[in-house]
Amino acid sequence: MHIIKMLSLYAIPAAVLIILGIGAWRDVKVFDMFVEGAKDGIETVIKILPPLVGLMAAVAVFRASGALDLLIYAAKPVTNFFGIPSEVLPLVFMRPISGSASLALVTDIIRKYGADSFIGRVVSTMMGSTETVFYTITVYFGSVGVKNIRYTLLAALIAEGVSVIVSVWICTLLFGR
Amino acid sequence: MIRLKRSDTIIEKVGIHNGIPVIRRDGFMLNYIWLFMLLAGFIIGIMNGRVEEVTRALLESAGAAVELGIGLLGVICLWTGIMNIAEKSGIIRFITRLAEPVLRAFFPEIPRKHPAIGAMVMNLSANFLGLGNAATPLGLKAMKELQMINPKKDTATDSMSMFLVLNTAAVQLVPTTVIAIRTFAGSKNPAEIIGAVWVASISAAVTGVLAVKLLSTIYNGR
Repeated sequence: MHIIKMLSLYAIPAAVLIILGIGAWRDVKVFDMFVEGAKDGIETVIKILPPLVGLMAAVAVFRASGALDLLIYAAKPVTNFFGIPSEVLPLVFMRPISGSASLALVTDIIRKYGADSFIGRVVSTMMGSTETVFYTITVYFGSVGVKNIRYTLLAALIAEGVSVIVSVWICTLLFGR
Repeated sequence: MIRLKRSDTIIEKVGIHNGIPVIRRDGFMLNYIWLFMLLAGFIIGIMNGRVEEVTRALLESAGAAVELGIGLLGVICLWTGIMNIAEKSGIIRFITRLAEPVLRAFFPEIPRKHPAIGAMVMNLSANFLGLGNAATPLGLKAMKELQMINPKKDTATDSMSMFLVLNTAAVQLVPTTVIAIRTFAGSKNPAEIIGAVWVASISAAVTGVLAVKLLSTIYNGR
């Protein structure tokens, strides 16, 4: 477990050092390229802003009304069976469907429970380790006109389910409940 | 002017990569989910006597979304800037060279020198680095190559399924968005979840590969 903590600690500094090192070695104009790339970042954020406003509104209303608590309460028997905290369940369902809605949910959950709480860490891990399965499958198969995707969605969702359960398990091991 | 059918309005063409039209349909289910959350929220809010709280939540959330956007802007720009250095240094090619021999083993149906392998590995490498903008065109190119060796054009091959599952379960070296949210939310150590993300991603990828292998034998046996 100590190794995993060390990996987390050194991942970003190591990545930056290696990238800058390779960049310098390959004679890339590092600062110019940094600025060029950072511009793309602005574009990315501006693009997600309108859906984010709508989705955060929906999530906020859903939570403030008590509807979210109702859903969490109703899901307790199922989530207890799999050993996952029921507070993360809305994200489990939203994650494969929409990236921006998941982002709104993660932000909402982290605000409510805190980034350094157990639930905050679990949703962070889930968000980082899974993809928008439905979207990716639709776009990729749609681009070549494949209609019968056979077992692809099933396999991708099984993988996603495992990543949810492992997220809870590894966060318990690393940080405690 | 031709009136669009209702379903057409949620399909948005985002561009053409290598002659393939890219259709964005992230919203197709979201239309219903969004509607449900707001309607259910207001109705249950009224039933619970929480009209004031619900109204305030609605209005405050708009500002909160913009705050979040601005909060994420810094970290995301920082990282896309650094990753652009990586991209211009040819790092995708470097990782592709390392990963290709390993990944080849996952696609036994594909001929050794076929360009599909290269495109898939490039896409997975770009995903690994979190280079979303570079990853999608490479992924669509890979699908196009895979489609060329597909005997039944409207049906997915095992390689396509394997590629999609690896793509959606793949490890991301630095999960930037999550780290940005955690930083914004005032975490003491925003990056502490990186190791946990890797463990969860690798577990998902291994399970995904096993699931594809198992399901393909079941489906092909039929």
